[in-house]
Amino acid sequence: MPDALLFGTEVFLNGLMAGVLYALVALGFVLIYKASGIFNYAQGVMALFAAMTLHGIMVGQVPFAHLINATFGTHIHHFGWEIPALLAIVLTVIVMILLAWLVQRYVFRHLVGQEPIILFMATIGLAYFLEGVADLMWGSDIKTLDVGIPQGGSFWIEENTQWMGMGNENFYGFFLDKLDLVATVIAAILVVALVLFSQYTKQGRAMRAVADDHQAALSVGIRLNSIWVLVWSVAGFVALVAGIMWGSKSGVQFSLSLIALKALPVLMLGGFTSIPGAIVGGLIIGVGEKLFEFAVGPLVGGATENWFAYVLALIFLVFRPQGLFGEKIIERV
Amino acid sequence: MLDQTEDGYITVDGRKIGGVVMEMKNITLRFGGVVAIKDISFDIREGEIRAIIGPNGAGKSSMLNVISGFYNPQEGEVWYHGKPRPRMKPFQVAQQGIARTFQNIALFEGMSVLDNVMTGRLNKMDGSLWKQAIWKGAAEREEVENREKAEQIIDFLEIQAIRKTPVSRLPYGLKKRVELARALVAEPKLLLLDEPMAGMNVEEKEDMSRFILDVNDEFGTTIALIEHDMGVVMDLSDRVVVMDYGKKIGDGTPDEVRNNQEVIDAYLGVAHD
Ligand SMILES: Nc1ncnc2c1ncn2[C@@H]1O[C@H](COP(=O)(O)OP(=O)(O)OP(=O)(O)O)[C@@H](O)[C@H]1O
Ligand SMILES: [Mg+2]
Repeated sequence: MPDALLFGTEVFLNGLMAGVLYALVALGFVLIYKASGIFNYAQGVMALFAAMTLHGIMVGQVPFAHLINATFGTHIHHFGWEIPALLAIVLTVIVMILLAWLVQRYVFRHLVGQEPIILFMATIGLAYFLEGVADLMWGSDIKTLDVGIPQGGSFWIEENTQWMGMGNENFYGFFLDKLDLVATVIAAILVVALVLFSQYTKQGRAMRAVADDHQAALSVGIRLNSIWVLVWSVAGFVALVAGIMWGSKSGVQFSLSLIALKALPVLMLGGFTSIPGAIVGGLIIGVGEKLFEFAVGPLVGGATENWFAYVLALIFLVFRPQGLFGEKIIERV
Repeated sequence: MLDQTEDGYITVDGRKIGGVVMEMKNITLRFGGVVAIKDISFDIREGEIRAIIGPNGAGKSSMLNVISGFYNPQEGEVWYHGKPRPRMKPFQVAQQGIARTFQNIALFEGMSVLDNVMTGRLNKMDGSLWKQAIWKGAAEREEVENREKAEQIIDFLEIQAIRKTPVSRLPYGLKKRVELARALVAEPKLLLLDEPMAGMNVEEKEDMSRFILDVNDEFGTTIALIEHDMGVVMDLSDRVVVMDYGKKIGDGTPDEVRNNQEVIDAYLGVAHD
């Protein structure tokens, strides 16, 4: 087997795994946008906030310690206990649900029926506010998050795929990161669970109804407020999962919130309202940017990953503005 | 003149109508400077078909929106089953057994006819997630039950042929029928219809009239409806409220309001003072 094909395949697989993570972040956007027409600029910061909260709970950090110490002249910082990852995750989920409720109760409930641009502005405000709260609660230092997901290359896969080189001396088998593998599996489970939830439960049905038509949803007895809290909670949960994956890989710090920027081209590609669009779009961007970097990067001096996704999405947008799975919009005249 | 007592009355065609289920008491509704409803009172009795008529902009839809909780009046009270009703959200009104359709049709355009109708059953479903996840048997039994009810209503309104069709592909007349199906499947005690026949041809109107009479007859559902077509109103309704510029200008049997001078003037466009 020729080198290019083998390494190209490896790049492809790595791209798929990166793509799953992009899809996950994009999914958070799609959920909220579909149900309420809000483009949630704060989605990335929610992931950061979730990861910081999870870390803080695990290491037993006292929330708002700085504030408390400054006010009361105390010197507290840790409770002195550690909480196992699983329990900490459950507690973080509860925090994210609480956050969803607060956001709905104190912000968006008062903005029902406002222009989309106003709602968007509100989420920008929310993003910076939440970032500030996160720093105040847990401190702005870089944290390493370890919830027990194995890291590093999988030797098992490397050894067991070496034969595919069919005698090629340069090939030692596919190099895949265990963390990426785990992330892929978890993201896949999450997506399936979300689909089952929305298809087969009362709340899921109500969610779809609200996404389709507010007025009709009201008339069949659906409580819009609680559905919106539910949607923000699910988006918060998705943010937590993305935060854990990204945080385990690259540490928990401000740049984690920039994963939202990776989701934008995915949304341009997949459409803002399509769950399958977010998934397929994520995979296309993930694979596309890795393959492009592999094939063209060396010729142009690398760093194509910064812009490739946006250019691809832009080209796509010109030819299919409705996204991958949207129906063609024909203006009525 | 109908011989109305507290317990009800007998209609012209001999049906027995019960006591008051819904009573509007001195309702006033304003939008900024516009007074959509001006101090209006009327009642709806059990088992009757009550029409609300009036020229464009008279405040008919606003009145229906007050009953269904979409609008909250600045003054007046809504009494339901003999008790004043506190300020309510639309979902709470729906949970009290009041279903409605809209003048401008509000369907779930992205769903099939069957899914639209099934969504009308949401209120009848058990909401606890734990039960849905763990006790699969109960959830399934409930699903079957809801499905049966939905199919029954679909048969009743003769829309079997389009069960699986996405609603967005349907012509206007059929959409109106699907919307009625979604309201009916909730098994409402009171059904509110905002211009159920608007934009229909003669044949479609006849079908719709027949369905409305059948609903009232077979399910005993009390119906309040807004309609512009006078012929239809005269045929269908037991009693009629007439509105004009937010005020009530007539209330009685179709024959009574038809011969009411103020009503005739309103429809002929006699100048207001
Ligand atoms: N949400 C609203 N905001 C502002 N004004 C409103 C609103 N709803 C109704 N109105 C006003 O209240 C008045 C009554 O409107 P309404 O829709 O109740 O009339 P209608 O009798 O149903 O008329 P039509 O026969 O045209 O449907 C109108 O002047 C209308 O502009
Ligand atoms: Mg109207």
